[in-house]
Amino acid sequence: MWQWFHRLGSPRWFYQASGKWLPWLSLLAAILLSVGIAWGLGFAPEDAKQGNSFRIIYIHVPASFLALAGYYVMALAGAVGLIWKMKLADMVMKSAAPIGAILTFVALVTGSIWGKPTWGTYWVWDARITSMLVLFFLYLGVIALQYSYTSQDAASKSSAVLSLVGMVNIPIIYKSVDWWYTLHQPATIKFTEAPSMHPDMFHPLLVMILGFYCFYAVALILNTRVEILNRERRTRWVLDMLLNSKKGSS
Amino acid sequence: MFQFDSFNEFVQMGGHGPYVWASYVISLAVLAWLIVSPLLRKRKLVQEVVRERRREAARQSNPVSAEHVSQGKA
Amino acid sequence: MGQGFSAIFYRDLLLAFRHRGEIANPVIFFFIVVTLVPLGLTPEASRLAQIAPGILWVMALLASLLSVEGLFQSDYRDGTLEQLLISPQPLYLMVLAKVLVHWLITGLPLTLLAPLLGMMLSLPKAGYLPLVLSLFMGTAVLSLIGAIGAALTVALRKGGLLLSLIVMPLYMPVLIFGANTVQRAVDGFPVAGPMAIMGALLAVSLLISPFATVGALRVSMHG
Repeated sequence: MWQWFHRLGSPRWFYQASGKWLPWLSLLAAILLSVGIAWGLGFAPEDAKQGNSFRIIYIHVPASFLALAGYYVMALAGAVGLIWKMKLADMVMKSAAPIGAILTFVALVTGSIWGKPTWGTYWVWDARITSMLVLFFLYLGVIALQYSYTSQDAASKSSAVLSLVGMVNIPIIYKSVDWWYTLHQPATIKFTEAPSMHPDMFHPLLVMILGFYCFYAVALILNTRVEILNRERRTRWVLDMLLNSKKGSS
Repeated sequence: MFQFDSFNEFVQMGGHGPYVWASYVISLAVLAWLIVSPLLRKRKLVQEVVRERRREAARQSNPVSAEHVSQGKA
Repeated sequence: MGQGFSAIFYRDLLLAFRHRGEIANPVIFFFIVVTLVPLGLTPEASRLAQIAPGILWVMALLASLLSVEGLFQSDYRDGTLEQLLISPQPLYLMVLAKVLVHWLITGLPLTLLAPLLGMMLSLPKAGYLPLVLSLFMGTAVLSLIGAIGAALTVALRKGGLLLSLIVMPLYMPVLIFGANTVQRAVDGFPVAGPMAIMGALLAVSLLISPFATVGALRVSMHG
């Protein structure tokens, strides 16, 4: 029962196995994203109220989804690293932090650009955007903590503690921002109401969300692989692999 | 069904073109960076490791300088 | 079991009492930054009254944040922290004692000073009781959350700015509920609901935050 767990914990095993998954996953991500983008940009009907600016949803919503999911991935990897002292989990956590931060940034930028045609201004303290901004700060804190320790081990553990605390806080932050927003603003135009969306608009969104999940997996695996190589650069298997591939290619 | 009658209309997007295209271009560029940057880092890492190995190999073939280095470290 | 708690509690209180000047610092800070607001914005009472709840809460938050950095610092430097970590007493309670003392010497004075500053910012009458109550509970939550950040950064040489960076996002729900509770009271709405949520936040952070702080201290000390 525990065998697979230990195997999964071995960076070397993960490096080799992920090398096999990576081409398929990348292909899937590329197909889903290109289909989703073409569908969303050209074939989905335009929104009755917002016109074509509504097409930004196909980037904004998947990016917001993954920004939030990415925080959970990071925090859970941190927890696994803390509890089972699994090196691989630490590396996943370290790689997940900047990816999540960048996805949050994408969600913020697209939300803000979308705000211009919708509300006439680039920044509105809307509940969704505000909680995204707080999420962005949470990511920045984890990244900053990660890079302020010289010892790799202490850096991993402390940022794992911080991301776990952040994970407990996220629902509270989202609820409190929602409450704050309803106090100060009667509901104006709401961005996304997925269930009430027309299926013709919703299906491309679904494709994009799936595509973003695959893309996230690809980016996470790629970054983790480099992290593995970096930390294991003195081990036999990394040296053998790198030097042999170098000889083979040149 | 394609929603636009001409390519020009597709680019214009009923006046919302700049917003829509800016969102997509910025997002895709940033996402592409997430894929490109680990690849670049890996290339740099491989070069470093190869250089380290070469230095080590040179040190082993030249024991005098190796001793010098180890003394310098101590 | 309570031995460790009371020992730390009295020791920290005594230490704080011996460094009375340091206790005064956050309070003076609170006073000064609130004075900056009319100078920078407007002396007009009606406009000050509008923003008073938010300003008072934000400034109290900053004062608490600035003081929390020192929570474990002197204990870290003189080795007391190491002793605490290897002592057989439950760490949860000892951390709780330290945080309680921190709240007693910063949060409580800030809470007591707030009505005076509220008066200077011409806070409407209905706001005073909610202001004091929300700060009373809210500063305790701030101390509890801040302790986690202080524990995470205690071993770093330049931890101060980093501490604010990692702790401030976690402070936001407290600020939202605190400041908006006061605002609602000023606007004449009932505030029992948000006040209860404040209490719930306090209960949750009492339960969770010392655990996280203990974990963070272990990481900071032993890598």
